[in-house]
Amino acid sequence: MASAAIAFGQANIMPAKPQSKPVIITGATIHVGNGTVYNNGYIAFDKGKITAVGEGAAPNTAGADVIDAAGKQLYPGFICPVTNLGLVEFEAVKASVDDSETGELNPHVRALIAYNTDSKVIPTVRSNGVLLAQATPDGGVISGQSSVMMLDGWNWEDAAYKTDVAIHLNWPYNRPSFRRAPAPGGMSPAERTQKEIDALEDLFGQAKAYAEIGKPSVKNLRFDAMKGLFNGSKKLFVNANNAKEIIQAINFGKKWGVQVVIVGGVESYLVTDVLKQNNVPVIIRETQTLPDKDEDDVYLPYKLPRMLQDAGVLYGLTGIGFWRQRNLPFEAGQAVGYGLTKEQALSMITLNNAKILGIDKTTGTLEVGKDANLFISKGDALDMITLGVENAYIQGRNIDLDNLHKQLYKRYSEKYGFKAN
Amino acid sequence: MKKLLLICLSVFVFRPGHAQDTYPVNGAWDVRPGLYAFTNANIVTSADQTIKGGTLLIKDRVIEAVGTGVSVPKGYVVVDLKGKYIYPGLIDAYTTYGIPESSRQNFTPKRNPNEPSFVSAKRGAYGWNEAIRPEMNAKEVFHVDAAKAEEFKKNGFTTVQSLIHDGIARGTSVVVTLADEADNKVLLSDQAAANYSFSKGTAATNYPSSLMGSIALLRQTYYDAEWYKGQKEEYNISLAEFNRTQAYPQIFEASDVYSILRADKIAKEFGKQYIYKTDGLEFKRVDAVKALNATLIIPLNFPEAFDIENPFDARNISYDQMKSWEMAPSNPAVLAKAGVRFAITSFGLAKPTDFWTNLRTAIDNGLTPAQALRALTQTPAEILGVSDKVGTLTKGKLANLLITSDELFKPENIIYENWVEGRQYVVSKKDITDLRGTYALTGETFNNTILKITGKPGSYEANIERTGADSLKTKGTIVRTGDLLNLYFDLKNKPSGTVRLNGYIASVSPLTLKGSGVLADGNSIGWTATQTAPAPAETKRDTTSKPKPTTGRVIYPFTAYGNAEVPKQETVLFKNATVWTNEKEGVLTGADVLIEGGKIKAVGKNLSAGGAKVVDATGKHITAGIVDEHSHIAIQSGVNEGTQSVTSEVRIADVLDPEDINIYRQLAGGVTTSHLLHGSANAIGGQTQLIKLRWGAMPEQMKFAGSDGFIKFALGENVKQTNWGVVPGTPNLRFPQTRMGVEQVYKDAFTRAKEYKAARAVKGSTTRRDLELDALVEILDNKRFITCHSYVQSEINMLMHVADSMGFKINTFTHILEGYKVADKMKARNIAGSTFSDWWAYKMEVAEAIPYNGKLMHEVGVITGFNSDDAEMARRLNQEAGKAMTYGNLTEEDALKLVTLNPAKMLHIDNKVGSLKAGKDADIVVWSAKPLSIYAVAEKTYVDGVPYWDIEKDAEKRKALKADEGRLIQKMLSAKNKGAATQTATPRRRRLYECESLEEAAFTVADAYNGFQTIGTK
Repeated sequence: MASAAIAFGQANIMPAKPQSKPVIITGATIHVGNGTVYNNGYIAFDKGKITAVGEGAAPNTAGADVIDAAGKQLYPGFICPVTNLGLVEFEAVKASVDDSETGELNPHVRALIAYNTDSKVIPTVRSNGVLLAQATPDGGVISGQSSVMMLDGWNWEDAAYKTDVAIHLNWPYNRPSFRRAPAPGGMSPAERTQKEIDALEDLFGQAKAYAEIGKPSVKNLRFDAMKGLFNGSKKLFVNANNAKEIIQAINFGKKWGVQVVIVGGVESYLVTDVLKQNNVPVIIRETQTLPDKDEDDVYLPYKLPRMLQDAGVLYGLTGIGFWRQRNLPFEAGQAVGYGLTKEQALSMITLNNAKILGIDKTTGTLEVGKDANLFISKGDALDMITLGVENAYIQGRNIDLDNLHKQLYKRYSEKYGFKAN
Repeated sequence: MKKLLLICLSVFVFRPGHAQDTYPVNGAWDVRPGLYAFTNANIVTSADQTIKGGTLLIKDRVIEAVGTGVSVPKGYVVVDLKGKYIYPGLIDAYTTYGIPESSRQNFTPKRNPNEPSFVSAKRGAYGWNEAIRPEMNAKEVFHVDAAKAEEFKKNGFTTVQSLIHDGIARGTSVVVTLADEADNKVLLSDQAAANYSFSKGTAATNYPSSLMGSIALLRQTYYDAEWYKGQKEEYNISLAEFNRTQAYPQIFEASDVYSILRADKIAKEFGKQYIYKTDGLEFKRVDAVKALNATLIIPLNFPEAFDIENPFDARNISYDQMKSWEMAPSNPAVLAKAGVRFAITSFGLAKPTDFWTNLRTAIDNGLTPAQALRALTQTPAEILGVSDKVGTLTKGKLANLLITSDELFKPENIIYENWVEGRQYVVSKKDITDLRGTYALTGETFNNTILKITGKPGSYEANIERTGADSLKTKGTIVRTGDLLNLYFDLKNKPSGTVRLNGYIASVSPLTLKGSGVLADGNSIGWTATQTAPAPAETKRDTTSKPKPTTGRVIYPFTAYGNAEVPKQETVLFKNATVWTNEKEGVLTGADVLIEGGKIKAVGKNLSAGGAKVVDATGKHITAGIVDEHSHIAIQSGVNEGTQSVTSEVRIADVLDPEDINIYRQLAGGVTTSHLLHGSANAIGGQTQLIKLRWGAMPEQMKFAGSDGFIKFALGENVKQTNWGVVPGTPNLRFPQTRMGVEQVYKDAFTRAKEYKAARAVKGSTTRRDLELDALVEILDNKRFITCHSYVQSEINMLMHVADSMGFKINTFTHILEGYKVADKMKARNIAGSTFSDWWAYKMEVAEAIPYNGKLMHEVGVITGFNSDDAEMARRLNQEAGKAMTYGNLTEEDALKLVTLNPAKMLHIDNKVGSLKAGKDADIVVWSAKPLSIYAVAEKTYVDGVPYWDIEKDAEKRKALKADEGRLIQKMLSAKNKGAATQTATPRRRRLYECESLEEAAFTVADAYNGFQTIGTK
């Protein structure tokens, strides 16, 4: 454990310094993230990049910090692809909620800006192995733009890993209502939905035309933000759960020539053909959830990753919320009892998520040349009875794994006179 | 002037008979004798007796004579009904006929709709709650509605009960005939019955906001009314009327079969017998309904088929909806077969014409005509106490009768006339010749032309056929008015254009129609149509040999994954497992577990099987079933009665929902016992209920027998409504809005409880029985135990001090996320802590909730558990326990106890469940891996030795479910193709409850309120 903070609070949990000398970790069971496992493996990294990885004795340990991780497990840092972590501190306290802008069509707003590196929640998440997260806005029909953040940094500027990766769209659907009938004289939910879709078609049509003009006479912030969708530099993440809506979203992407990623995908298993034909990946929202229908297989959400795996669809997994992201490893592990292999479950929250976010060239697996985003766990990191993150590195920087909870644990262990372990 | 005359005529209805009248008459009295004789009729006097060729005499309003050999005195209008039938007029036992839509006019509207209404705004010395309105009398608001009466009369009804369909105690109803006369004349019974429901209707009083609140309110009202008889402190019209109306039949409208049972519990408690108006799905639990020995009023509003051509839309329809669609039409027959006494009502039908369609569907599904007739005549007459006046055709009863062409329930029957109190209402004219048949149409322009008249009297259809050179077939239109008729058709050519004929019945033997007409070119013609053959006799449907529609089987519970046969207790030996005993033996490897008679018989190595089924459990892990200290599953219609700060009178026990799929899902996660709690909206919430997850059992059988009673308390943001969007400073906000106020709520409640207890203890005490305070006295007497929702240390400390000073104990702090800060104080008072494994940051009061909480409390010596408060988390509580290893390195055995033995201790049931020990209940789980691991799958779950969950059987069930859904969808599609009415497939999902779940602000327990939410409407 990096810090032995005694004082209450976390002002003393310091962002890590850049890697100053090579590090070699030996003796670990290394899970590369792409299915490969090195038993008794080694990994070396320098200046933030992985320089060597393999099985057996490490090639050259001279001049490096050598960490003996015999009997331990080593993983690529987990990646949470859709979260409001850093944007919200307490769900119910409005002053601390910064993930949802007012208005329906906000492609121009950027989550990056509200990302709070000093959140007390972030250290509780990274101490379970989640090292990268895409800070994502919510609300409205088009919520805004997301950025992939490193879960360590002085400010959003230096925590940013890849900025403005995607624009997030909540596909219009018949929203749940506790009321039995639409308000008299009001629009039916179906009409309202169609109206929202029409508005999207209109927006995208105009934005695409706008993107073709070199220097528009009148600047439009929304259209400017959307340019990246049409030149391929930004993706369109579409929240859609039902089969019908997933198909609508895919067709929409095809029509406007934008790269669509389905987020949620509760019924994605019903439309795997369409997903595959169009090369559209799915980010499963959560496995630890209830089936949508009483009639569904009671374990359906646990089995969903396996169903997409078998269908050959590229799928990732994100958890829900922000503080709950510390359960991301378990959300992945959940699928293992129901058909996925452990290495596939790992890929779901490392390599697959990296591919979907477009950051797999630099992270997502433990391969030479990629960023040294990794951690050592005392045991299987996907299982709560063995998870125990002991060292974590982001771009080779040695991360402080202390957090508010550990500090309070220590504080009260002392009060009652026993040792926090 | 002419117009005026018409109005006058319509006012001057004649007044038959010699009865005196209090109403003045404008002009000369028109009193007529009203003497009629129906002769040669088949008179069905009742479901039991038919007189062939009989005579029935009417004298003014009543039946003067009925039978064979009745001679007709002079002065009677004689109507020969040879070949026709007379039936008693039908009675609808449940209507709102003639009752104004809203009866809220007596209530003062609120100035601001968002402002809370703690007590009634009704002016006058009435009771405190607007939903209890026994003072409402239908007789005071009833008014004849001729148009509505006509709808009923067309269906054959002559008499109805009319009630004010609003509120929990709804006041008295009337029985009226459907005669189009002054209100004074049609009332048969001015106070027929007292009506009730669990639905608060338009009452604006906030309380109750849940089904359990409605039940508590009704229960308390019985006590209040009893007390009122002997008290001198207040005048209360509502209670006085409540007492007075107990003398009448008591009719209770129940929204589903379980609510019938709920109401019946109240009835038994207070020595009442309700008559139940039901939702028509009693077949789901017919044995339980029969056991009540009650009379029912059942509707015919069978569900319509769904539009499900699109498989995605079909996913919107639940299995139980499909099954209900298939089985509901058999409900009347199922009840009749079971010997349940019932009346049939047309209440709730989408349109009046559905009545006969659906009634005949019920008959096709096995209801006999005699049963149907009884349910529409004698039984309702008896229920409503008017069988001396209506219900059968007997001398002296009212002349309420039907004249029909055939037996009443035959599909081809036509109701000709409906007589109400001796007044004729013509449904379809009978007195003239049936025109149906084949005619030769002749006239200057018609050659080789045949006219065929088909259809029904009143709605004839004309078909024209021409043979020879210009052969053609075409449809025409024929309209008959008395002996006159119009006929028009288009022969395309010769002549071209529409031919318009008018004519009359010129002769009846042979039937000849004659008249003139106009062609398209304006030329006039003459025509004659002579009948060459009568209409072919209708191919009679042989109802006896008609294949009865196949229906699926009832499953228990009536939802997906229900069982046609509820699984039975087994005797099983599990061999060679890793057995987590939770006893001093610890974890045994290569060990066996033997269960028999619902109990654990033995745990150990090399046990002998005896007669037990042997299950090879090599590589498996066996634990005691999981006990969830904090759950909100299987609760119907509201988990919070948060409208008042103290609601200790409400009981989860009253509202168990055995059809919640989450019971089954949690069995699939190894849960066997759940403590169902009231929510956390108020400081003193409702009484809780401990259940075992016996999937398919009746609510009473789900209860954990012999367990102690508990009650939910709550502290913090929910209690002070922090996150409810209420604006502090608004007048009339519910007290408390701060933690300071919360303390005073407890002090006040327990002070009142102590005073109440003392007052009740005085010999001959007349102190009003107060169910709210009763529950608090039970706490003071150590007979009811507190589990208190709690977060931050200050308020936890407060409640401990209040308990110390008021002399009661706290059993458990639930959630208790800052328990780690006061664990020593809890330990000192022997208070248990049931917490979340790792929840935090969702609101301000969990800013310092830490996942080490469980570990710290455990280490200090507090009995510690992890709970769910969530239907999803509950099914992986084993993993939540495993997190105590992630955070704080608790040992695996101690971590398992967090969700098994420790909650069992908190709930005082550790002598029965929570560990694997001979003599304890056989509540066990077989896991695929170490039980707290993310990789562990619950493969089998037994409750009392019954295998309610088996992963292999589940796969079979899923297959069977898919197949049966497929069958039902095919059946629906074919029904739709045959023209059955359909409805849109609207997404509907079960509402999940957590601690904080509140009902809508404008909550009403709607009649169809069933815990489901509709998700949009496509």
